[in-house]
Amino acid sequence: MVVNSQFLDTDAIRKDFPILQRTVHGDKPLVYLDNAATSQSPQQVIDSIVEYYSLHNANVHRGIHVLAEEATALYEGARDKVAAFINAGAREEVVFTKNSSEALNLVANVLGWAEAPYGIRPGDEIVISEMEHHSNIVPWQLTAERIGAKLRWFGITDEGRLDLSNVNELINERTKVVSLVHVSNILGTVNPVETIVKRAHEVGALVVLDASQSAPHLPLDVQALGADFVAFTGHKMLGPTGVGVLWGRRDLLEELPPFLGGGEMIQTVTMEKSTYAGLPHKYEAGTPPISEVIALGTAVDYLNGIGMDKVAAHEHAITEYALGRLQDVEGLRIIGPATNEDRGAAISFVLGDIHPHDVGQVLDEHGIAVRVGHHCARPVCVRFGIPATTRASFYLYSTPAEVDALIVGLDQVKRFFGV
Amino acid sequence: MAAEHREGREVSTEMQLESMYQEIILDHYRHPHHKGLREPFASQVHHVNPTCGDEVTMRVDLKGDVISDISYESQGCSISQASASVMADLLIGKSVEQAREVQETFLRLMQSKLDGPEFAEEHEEVLEDAVAFAGVAKYPGRVKCALLSWMAWKDATAQALDDTESGVKA
Ligand SMILES: Cc1ncc(COP(=O)(O)O)c(C=O)c1O
Repeated sequence: MVVNSQFLDTDAIRKDFPILQRTVHGDKPLVYLDNAATSQSPQQVIDSIVEYYSLHNANVHRGIHVLAEEATALYEGARDKVAAFINAGAREEVVFTKNSSEALNLVANVLGWAEAPYGIRPGDEIVISEMEHHSNIVPWQLTAERIGAKLRWFGITDEGRLDLSNVNELINERTKVVSLVHVSNILGTVNPVETIVKRAHEVGALVVLDASQSAPHLPLDVQALGADFVAFTGHKMLGPTGVGVLWGRRDLLEELPPFLGGGEMIQTVTMEKSTYAGLPHKYEAGTPPISEVIALGTAVDYLNGIGMDKVAAHEHAITEYALGRLQDVEGLRIIGPATNEDRGAAISFVLGDIHPHDVGQVLDEHGIAVRVGHHCARPVCVRFGIPATTRASFYLYSTPAEVDALIVGLDQVKRFFGV
Repeated sequence: MAAEHREGREVSTEMQLESMYQEIILDHYRHPHHKGLREPFASQVHHVNPTCGDEVTMRVDLKGDVISDISYESQGCSISQASASVMADLLIGKSVEQAREVQETFLRLMQSKLDGPEFAEEHEEVLEDAVAFAGVAKYPGRVKCALLSWMAWKDATAQALDDTESGVKA
């Protein structure tokens, strides 16, 4: 048993998560180490969905009856919770989307459509990095192709960190926007946001932060970060699927054109032309994912109840322990920072010549859920000359015993494939 | 190897795994046949499995209506590697018509879900060594791995035949 004062009381926490009680493949306890793909939900979050449909279900912002008012109050209440969670300057800056991908597509599209000074024009440059999730690559490729803008990117060092050696050349007077992952979902790297924001703002470029892997795991203060847009997704932070968040600076969201058109996002509509609703509704066309938003609010309550600083400390301690144990496994190579500085709780690795698919299959048979593949970040695999990785990723309910189970599982993998 | 550890709770887990990872599969994985691109060839295709990054470059050569050669370069998991190796062994020397029957039967085997073993037994004459993949059918995540090279072969053969018909390559 590993004792570390940073660890949370996982015995108590795990009781809140019904799925963590189940067994798989017969009698094997579930060892869930795929939190970077999606997290599990506590009973409180599940209950809030049941309660919403049992008692308050109605469309929001559209009725004067009791249920409509209750649903609207719950929905807008969740916006307040999320705004406070990320220290937004104003609740209107919090836009609910379907997920991170939609939030990033929103920004990439409206910046493509916008007038000067924000609009991307032919010959302008968009800067991303080689460690982006496909959700922060493809939307920018689409915009760049459509407009004739140039897509450029930061490379990755051998250590798995952002290569900042050419930052001042890469981010230059032609740069319109820099869109960067805060914490890499495949490498675990925490990127130096401050340095990037400083340089980008120096040249008048906007900064978009993909916080899909940071909002769930560390205290996020959008004002302190200094980015112009921040995107994250509910299902990775104890919430349900179907809801994501785009935070944007109010003056920008006010200035930029709408993304999707429809009900809710308008002020008046004539057959010729429409005017648009104020923030945040301008960016929320149609009936939103109401129960999902409310449940995300409950997930935020749950995380606040534990304390994001404590969540971060717990994960840091688990990652420290896991890095140490994994490095003792013969033939195992970590892809990403091998030390725990500026590092999140996702650890990718390759095990000798055994293909990650085979590693994951044998681990699964032992009840251990990891992710294998390129993790929607194929350029990272290409960069490191590997077809895929196996990734273990932790959360507030992860325990050192689960790390131990993984290590035993990896031994079984090696034995099975005869290495 | 694994058999030595058949004790206690391990038994069911290892047996489960062995239902997919038959010894034949592991042998072909460790020592693949016909790997490495060869000349001459009538057509070449490149197929990828976008969910896991497995890739294969497949060459097919025809003499009349006989598959005179299959060679490939590939990267991927044991199932996809072994599948390419077993397939090349099986199809080289067969007529296009016979080979198609094997390919179609293998595809049906992969779609047989939990009935893989029974289906394999029924069609053993056609499938030969490919019956070893019967256990893969119940793992939906792995079916695509097993099918990758077979689909590439089908595509390459169709192209080779097209070229022959249109007289591009004699
Ligand atoms: C870094 C990063 N960005 C974006 C996403 C996309 O999230 P979603 O699929 O919820 O849109 C993910 C997760 O898959 C991620 O890890």
